[in-house]
Amino acid sequence: MAAPFRLSVITQARTLLTDEVTSVTAPGSEGYLGIWANHAPLVTMLVPGRLTIKDLQGNEKVYSISGGFLEVSRNVVTLLADSVEAPTDIDKERAKAAAKRARERLAKRGPGIVDIDMTRAEAALQRALNRLKHAR
Amino acid sequence: MPSLADINRRIKSVKNTQQITKAMEMVSAAKLRRAQERLEAARPYGHKLTEMLENLAAVAADTNHPLFEKRPVQKRALVVIAGDKGLAGSYNANVIRRAEGFLKSGNDVETHLITVGKRTRDYFTRRSAPILKSYAELGDQVDILKAQTISREIMGYYLSGEVDEIMVLGTRFISAMTRSITLETFLPIEPPVGKAEVTNYIFEPDAASIFANLVPRYVANSLLMSLLESSASEHGARMVAMGAASTNARDMIGRLTLIRNRARQAAITKEISEIVGGAEALS
Repeated sequence: MAAPFRLSVITQARTLLTDEVTSVTAPGSEGYLGIWANHAPLVTMLVPGRLTIKDLQGNEKVYSISGGFLEVSRNVVTLLADSVEAPTDIDKERAKAAAKRARERLAKRGPGIVDIDMTRAEAALQRALNRLKHAR
Repeated sequence: MPSLADINRRIKSVKNTQQITKAMEMVSAAKLRRAQERLEAARPYGHKLTEMLENLAAVAADTNHPLFEKRPVQKRALVVIAGDKGLAGSYNANVIRRAEGFLKSGNDVETHLITVGKRTRDYFTRRSAPILKSYAELGDQVDILKAQTISREIMGYYLSGEVDEIMVLGTRFISAMTRSITLETFLPIEPPVGKAEVTNYIFEPDAASIFANLVPRYVANSLLMSLLESSASEHGARMVAMGAASTNARDMIGRLTLIRNRARQAAITKEISEIVGGAEALS
């Protein structure tokens, strides 16, 4: 059996879990990354995507994550997530509405519109689409 | 001496008030519990975020971020956090008094207000104090999205150079009975003292980008914490104030009942003596 390590998944609203696990797969800014025990120290940004956690019994749990940071140090992995949701917890209607809003805003792209709003709308769209992809 | 009917009316009215204060006390107790839970649940994130920032500061050489930049302070913004509603004892009044004191003492620097909550907004609007922006009706469920929106706007004032310093005046929750007013510098951020245990981190994509993303979240989080602390304090203050009001109402009802009984007794005594007097006069 694979060696265990400690994982904490924390959001601003709650601590989702603090537990011994065997592997984590998370959407890093440079692509998905898998973490097993004794991983080198690492800090990475996360993008919207799928978070997979394998526990000691080898059961996999899948979550939808909307971004954040991940830190690995001395076999302790801390994931600071903007939001994490189990597929069954996702509010599909809300995600759909958010995607629609973001698309409408992006459609208005043009002179006189601040770039930062566009970046934000883009990010909002990514988050919404990611939610929809994982929703059950 | 007030008549029996008058006293009965008073008792009834005090009873009604007592019912309301009792209900408010219970509602506040429930809200306080929830606010406290949210406050506790939000702490680990803040701790870890601070830790990450410190780790990064220790490792990355160039941790310059515009939000750390100290400028000579010509204009300052003061974020005043209080409630939307009254009947919370001295909760709102304390914050407002402290803000007033700050405005008076900080005459050397032009200070503009950013108010959170209807109470502070209304108070300072009446006194035509310079208000940069007002936020109200955040509700009992202050969440990170609201905190993010507000902190983004507040950061905007700082980054655009409109103000050179931003301070936050809020209430720290200690217990339902006790709280303390806090005045903290919000921006620029005090540069984190690097103290990393592990120094050979791999950074993806790179330390500077992570830093640039981490810092705004750090700012939003510290605002969120202030809002949560203040919200818990408000509910605590209201619960205690309403508890005291209910007790006072109970005492008052007790006193009024005594007076009523005495009045009734006096009336009976008077009637008896009148009858007796009348009977004597006849015999």
